[in-house]
Amino acid sequence: MSLWEYANPVKFLKLSDKVLPFFASFSIIGLAVGLFWGFFFTPDDYRQGSTVKIIYLHVPSALMAINAWFMMLVASVIWLVRRHHVSALAAKAAAPVGVTMTMVALVTGALWGQPMWGTWWAWDPRLTSFLILFLFYLGYIALWSSIDNPDTAADLTSMLCIVGSVFAILSRYAVNFWNQGLHQGASLSLDKEKNVADVFYQPLLFSIFGFVFLFVTLVLIGTRTEIRLRRAEALRLKKDRE
Amino acid sequence: MLLSVDNLSVSRGGKRLFEGLNFNVSSGQFVSISGGNGVGKTSLLRSIAGLQPMDKGKIVVHADEFIFAGDANGIKTTLTVLENLKFWSAILDGKNVHEALEKFDLTKLKNRLAGKLSAGQKRRLSLARLLLTDRQLWLLDEPTVSLDKKSMKDFSKVLRNHLETGGAAVVASHIDLGLTLNTLCINLEDYQMKNGNINASATAFL
Amino acid sequence: MIALLQRDLILAVRAGGGFGLGMAFFLIVVILVPLGIGPDMEILSKVSVGVLWVGALLACVLSLDRIFSLDYDDGTLELLLTSPIPLEAVVTVKAFSHWITTGLPLVTISPILGLLLGLQVSDLKWVFISLLLGTPALSVIGAFGAALTVGIRRGGLLLSLLVLPLYVPTLIFGANVASRGLADISNSSALLILTAVTLAAFSILPFASALVLRINLR
Repeated sequence: MSLWEYANPVKFLKLSDKVLPFFASFSIIGLAVGLFWGFFFTPDDYRQGSTVKIIYLHVPSALMAINAWFMMLVASVIWLVRRHHVSALAAKAAAPVGVTMTMVALVTGALWGQPMWGTWWAWDPRLTSFLILFLFYLGYIALWSSIDNPDTAADLTSMLCIVGSVFAILSRYAVNFWNQGLHQGASLSLDKEKNVADVFYQPLLFSIFGFVFLFVTLVLIGTRTEIRLRRAEALRLKKDRE
Repeated sequence: MLLSVDNLSVSRGGKRLFEGLNFNVSSGQFVSISGGNGVGKTSLLRSIAGLQPMDKGKIVVHADEFIFAGDANGIKTTLTVLENLKFWSAILDGKNVHEALEKFDLTKLKNRLAGKLSAGQKRRLSLARLLLTDRQLWLLDEPTVSLDKKSMKDFSKVLRNHLETGGAAVVASHIDLGLTLNTLCINLEDYQMKNGNINASATAFL
Repeated sequence: MIALLQRDLILAVRAGGGFGLGMAFFLIVVILVPLGIGPDMEILSKVSVGVLWVGALLACVLSLDRIFSLDYDDGTLELLLTSPIPLEAVVTVKAFSHWITTGLPLVTISPILGLLLGLQVSDLKWVFISLLLGTPALSVIGAFGAALTVGIRRGGLLLSLLVLPLYVPTLIFGANVASRGLADISNSSALLILTAVTLAAFSILPFASALVLRINLR
């Protein structure tokens, strides 16, 4: 039995019915443990005080913002090559989750930066890259909603995602170059390696775990909704023909 | 054989239009596709021309052996008649445009801006493109729309000449072009699906 | 292919505006910015490179939706698809003709506009060079966006949303070439990357755009 069997939308609905409660629970547990532990049971950083704890939101959301796009890229390629509807709809469902993660990353990034830099925004390479990623997401979502024919929409948004990914990567390097020159790291770094000591790491892992499963849960729910919408449309078409 | 259509099914807009269509076309043959509105005549021609994908079946045709004329005119209104034809001639086989102008009675209009032509004249211009190439298979979608009686006669003459000199044509039309020799008549309504006809994309969700 | 290029250029000219509209818009942007910022030439010269580059980007984007939509609407695009010219070549020719009618005029008046924004005559050449190397990329990237939105009614704003993020690398490296050139710092790496992006765009995007056009013509 190959994984491709679940490319069948109806089978996918049945399988996701069964696994969704688990993913949702993992997500809740991960988030609860990670955030609670991180916010309330870790010491304040000697330099940044308690604001550093925003990393429990910022880092996972930033990671998911990027991984969501990557998942959309893979799903887009699978759609173009193998025409599995579930794949196309999963990409469609992942986009709003991804864009929200990006927004969370941006807002938490700004909130973190404010005490450190004294301003609500800085054109730090990371934040700038996320802002550009935000625009890519918006374009992708806008394109889906501008096209009536669902297969054409899936095809065009997949092409946009693929070409967009190339440019997103290019932009990442361009933004680094723009801020500092090509090979220097960012100096105003919200880098977790520099700021996160061991004692912070474990709750962070839980938080990341929680966010990953949150992403999976939300995308599963979104994909199921999209499948049901298409199913309703197909049933309506069938009824009209009879 | 210029064109071979084998067990063809085509859909459009969520609906499967027809299925199981079979026919072959060779030199000198004229295929007339008829059927009411929405039955799939345009989709059939576009599938043969490679513009539209098929649901099922096989189409065998050489891309450089056919010329397609859809129901849109494909003429630029800010160019003159002559400029329009010269453009297509340069794109296609580079033939001299004068025969095309003559056979479609456009010689007097050759320096007029295409935007200033009547609907029938525009249609004649778009059909004149067919004479700019030696390609044997003509795929025509409702060629006689907007044509008056005289123009239709002229066009029938052109078409007959094309068939007599070894060409072939697949024409979707609900007007009788008066050609009877070596004609294959296909009514797409005969190929509509019997019970329920939704396309594969929607079926995947059922 | 030359015939297609010639035809597109003639059509652009006869459509009224043609070469002039992009330049006019560019000029307007460059006039509005000082009105917004203030007449201090020192400040203006500091932002001049950015203003010129962003102005060029916006002027390019405004004329993108006509690249394919006119031919799509009157059926010519379908006929081109079934013609001997490969669709990829059609895309490249159309991107090139967009550059000639929009990008190239922008490049030619950029030195004059640079003077309006306080640049020294000796600085103008870098603005010119960076735009010369970068604007072709804007046309071919824009063509990809235009192909995506060709079937969408009133897709102009959506087109801008899709295309402008794709312009970011060209903008960053292009503006960098100009501003470093101005400051007499070595800009060779930016120059190479800018050129590389343009060339890469021309080699890859016509294929992507042709695929997208085929999808839209179905």
